Amino acid sequence: MSVVVGYVPTPEGEAALEHAIREVTQRGTRLVVVNTSRGDALVDQRYAQPDQVKVLEDRLDAAGLEHLLLHSIRGREAAEEILEAAAEHRADLIVVGLRRRTPVGKLLMGSTAQRVLLDALCPVLAVKA
Amino acid sequence: MDVWGSLLDGFATAATPANLVYALVGVLLGTAVGVLPGLGPAMTVALLLPVTYALEPTSAFIMFAGIYYGGMYGGSTTSILLNTPGESSSVVTAIEGNKMAKAGRASQALATAAIGSFVAGTIGTALLVLFAPVVVGFAVSLGSPSYFAIMILALLAVTAVLGSSRVRGFSSLGLGLAIGLVGMDYTTGQPRLTFGVPLLADGLDVVVVAVAIFAVGEALWVAAHLRRTASQIIPVGKPWMGKDDWKRSWRPWLRGTAYGFPFGALPAGGAEIPTFLSYVTEKRLSRRPEEFGHGAIEGVAGPEAANNASAAGTLVPMLSLGLPTNATAAVMLAAFTGYGIQPGPLLFDREPELVWALIASLFIGNALLLLINLPLAPAWARLLQIPRPYLYAGILFFATLGAYSVNLQSFDLVILLTLGLLGFAMRRFGLPVLPLVIGLILGPRAEEQLRKSLQLSSGNISGLWSEPVAVVVYVVVALILAWPLVARVVRRRPATDASALAAIVHPTSDGRTDADPSTTPERSEARR
Repeated sequence: MSVVVGYVPTPEGEAALEHAIREVTQRGTRLVVVNTSRGDALVDQRYAQPDQVKVLEDRLDAAGLEHLLLHSIRGREAAEEILEAAAEHRADLIVVGLRRRTPVGKLLMGSTAQRVLLDALCPVLAVKA
Repeated sequence: MDVWGSLLDGFATAATPANLVYALVGVLLGTAVGVLPGLGPAMTVALLLPVTYALEPTSAFIMFAGIYYGGMYGGSTTSILLNTPGESSSVVTAIEGNKMAKAGRASQALATAAIGSFVAGTIGTALLVLFAPVVVGFAVSLGSPSYFAIMILALLAVTAVLGSSRVRGFSSLGLGLAIGLVGMDYTTGQPRLTFGVPLLADGLDVVVVAVAIFAVGEALWVAAHLRRTASQIIPVGKPWMGKDDWKRSWRPWLRGTAYGFPFGALPAGGAEIPTFLSYVTEKRLSRRPEEFGHGAIEGVAGPEAANNASAAGTLVPMLSLGLPTNATAAVMLAAFTGYGIQPGPLLFDREPELVWALIASLFIGNALLLLINLPLAPAWARLLQIPRPYLYAGILFFATLGAYSVNLQSFDLVILLTLGLLGFAMRRFGLPVLPLVIGLILGPRAEEQLRKSLQLSSGNISGLWSEPVAVVVYVVVALILAWPLVARVVRRRPATDASALAAIVHPTSDGRTDADPSTTPERSEARR
């Protein structure tokens, strides 16, 4: 059993991570952190860079949790990666961050949170920053 | 004075509201393609050519000039914030610029790049105003044999001086010349290289060829080699410079301009060599050489000025002789022909309004670029977040539309795809694109001069060197061809600068210029 969290280096992502850490501490399970990018644009501000990864790892180590960081660029949507991680690690909870989106932005880019909410097989905790 | 009177007339034409809008559109587009690695002003101008045939030539060229200068500005933003040069001319900028950004001095790096580009662009354009009429005055006295010699020089220099491999350069030149030959021979009416296809008798449209090589070839290459990456842009506030930065920047700006302009004006100029020379000079002259390699502002100011000055320099031979020395100039030259305007020394006489409006718009464009780049550089960098598949799908769409709209025949789409595959193959095998484009555009015109010279001398081949200028130029050609042998002897003595130049210029300048993204780390890694 585990808790899967979709992490991005933004206030929403940090909020999601914080709640995920709290849930894992209560449940005594494993934390799976997913940070991913499709990698087809030259720049993706939501993909953690090496220094950010180090900060993240240090933080998880300090919390003394059993954790796993899935940090990959495989050309797939973040929602797919999160759902796959959830299936693979038999998640009993998925945590995602929510942010305001304009209708046009959502139309063009889609919404990761929405897809996770609709397609997840376990409860989803949606956190606002 | 005559020149100033004409220039003022040019400003009057360029400053009409409609033309100002075209200049603004041009600089916005130019900055955008400059920021995005892989896209360049040459590709953009080629894509826009068919669209602009409906416009007044003056308006179209004002827009092209904006794109051309804009590309030079945009490249530096990507270099500094991402360490991926947007253009080959800003490779050197990335060395110090990115270090500055990492040290938290991105604002200052962007500011010195933008202001330096403005200073160099303005001085360069002023020099263009001074020199172009002088060159024209000299050029009108030249006969066909001299022209032919100068064109041969331009073709050889572009092929042999730039680039890592002469064999590849000359293969590319040969391809360009061959493509230029397709169609009816204009003096005898014989079909050449048409393979019995009547549709080929009119020759290949330069627009279709340029779009195929630049846009389709690049899109196919990216599709085949999309290396997935996701880096972050270094966060930056509003670009600004302190007093100390100004003090350290103004001399490099001027020295960079002094390097850039003459190199741009020479055939085989390009911006790579002057930017590198400027970098080396600044490093040597700096009072704080220890800062080089850790983000020295001089190392951004000098090269950025050099690349903009060389952009201005390139326009001297293009406007006064009809000689293109880089890919964008070549495509713009093709545009002249598309509008039925004969490029060459008579351009200033026949189309004074167009030429001077173009030059005036360069001053205007430069000022606009400073205005939109200084406060907005971080916003431009957000363009890098566009997924590349979307970007290249759009480019392919425009390429197809443009190629079809030139003649409204579907046969052109076949040519587009075939030559697009050629462009892809050239990238795959490391053939530079520039010699092909220059050969394609200069080849038929060189042939015309060759025919004329031979007709004047009744077919006697000695007619080719009957003018003193022609003889001098052929000597220069011989020197260029013999240079590798000479260099091998000279290189026995190790020179640190020479090897450093080789190390840096080598991967960047294999004949590929603005339209050509080979210089991005992604590309070079893919090739290894």
